[in-house]
Amino acid sequence: MEKIDRRYIFLAILLLVLVPLLVPIGLPIRVSREVQSGYDAVAEIPDGSTAYFAADYDPATMPELHPMALAALDQLFSKNCKVIGACLWPAGPPLLEDALRRIGEERYGKKYGVDFVNLGYKPGNEVAMVSVGRSIRATFPTDFYGTPVESLEVMRGAASLTDMAILVNISAGYPGTKEWVQQVQSRYHVTMVAGCTAVSTPEYYPYFQSGQLSGLIGGMAGAAEYEKLVGKLGTATRGMDAQSLGHLAIIAFIVLGNVLYFATKKKAP
Amino acid sequence: MLPAPFLNTMAALLTIAIFSFLYKDNPFYKFAEYLFVGIAAGYIVALEYHNVIVPNLWRPLVGGDLNLLVPFVLGVLLFSRFTSGFGWLSRWAIGLMVGTFSGLAIIGFAQGDLVAQVQANMLPLKTETLLGTFSNWVIFIGLLSSLVYFFFSKEHKGALGASAKLGIWFLMVSFGASYGFTVMSRFSLLIGRLLFLLVDWPASFGLHWLH
Repeated sequence: MEKIDRRYIFLAILLLVLVPLLVPIGLPIRVSREVQSGYDAVAEIPDGSTAYFAADYDPATMPELHPMALAALDQLFSKNCKVIGACLWPAGPPLLEDALRRIGEERYGKKYGVDFVNLGYKPGNEVAMVSVGRSIRATFPTDFYGTPVESLEVMRGAASLTDMAILVNISAGYPGTKEWVQQVQSRYHVTMVAGCTAVSTPEYYPYFQSGQLSGLIGGMAGAAEYEKLVGKLGTATRGMDAQSLGHLAIIAFIVLGNVLYFATKKKAP
Repeated sequence: MLPAPFLNTMAALLTIAIFSFLYKDNPFYKFAEYLFVGIAAGYIVALEYHNVIVPNLWRPLVGGDLNLLVPFVLGVLLFSRFTSGFGWLSRWAIGLMVGTFSGLAIIGFAQGDLVAQVQANMLPLKTETLLGTFSNWVIFIGLLSSLVYFFFSKEHKGALGASAKLGIWFLMVSFGASYGFTVMSRFSLLIGRLLFLLVDWPASFGLHWLH
């Protein structure tokens, strides 16, 4: 077993992921309590209110996080909410721009500067978060395009995070959900929903259990559940068959590895 | 702006170049890796200049906000590290950053984790539903036994040892869950790239062969 070329395993995984993408099986997707709570939290904010959308991710985690960003924005724009988007990850602004334009502008006919804005990137991690909590305009004097934010209609009445009906954070790691909870949610008691990579999901479960997070969307599975709730099936739903088969393959490899390990251990003198 | 088919073709070729490492290390992989590092460095510099230095420092400073001279000078001091005689000056700026981050981290942990999590784990051990009661007991026993495992002031023997052993089981279950979620993350990345190669790349040429 030790002598097996690991490239055969890579090939098996590739085929198992590729086939259901070409020929979808349509395995059922069950909505979890964490995702349902997140959807309900967004549904409960008043129509037309303002949401702060913290897109703290980059292209490396796009397959997991972009679909949930699109789904969350879809729900917000369907309620005619105004969206103030910003990033603490340097490669985040183009992704946020894509999500806002695709959903806000193309799907719901919303206008940049009036219904939504992309404030771009700021460094400083926790310092930037606390600063946004106090004053959004002081932290982001201009938007992603260099336009002064005072001139944007969407920013009227949006001085700090306490003016927001909800904080939606899509997080790929540090800085992200944990820091938003520690620095902003626990300080200003803003309603917060987090979408995060599957790797970091277990770390954030205690925040959901404690009620600090009103909802938790974990990984591609969480994104697919959210897509189901908003009724717009996207790439996360499309990838779930491959995801399921891939997991089955990993389970099979783990079982096989253990069986062979114990079998060879018994044979050893 | 370059046309989408060209950009997507570049992205597709670079994706394939990175994937080629799975077969074995090769010049295409190396090229894609170095290209990424170089572009990422250039992108960060340009972004910091246009999104941070100009709007947050330069414009308000020339507009008359002289308070910003303090962060400006501290920022300049960071570059003193490149000189042998004045390198120590950078420690002032670094000290300020370390102090600020430490303070925020401590307050954040105390507010967001320590107090809130202790409160959240003071659960009723008898609830209206059987499932609720069972869940709270699992959290209660799991929390206590896991904490006992990290208590090293007394040898893990007898009741303490049994509790610590139970704590290990709870920790193992949490590690298993973390591993499962990690697998999901890694598969998501592969699925994302394959969907790009199968759907988005051909679509940029008007080819919608996969629905």
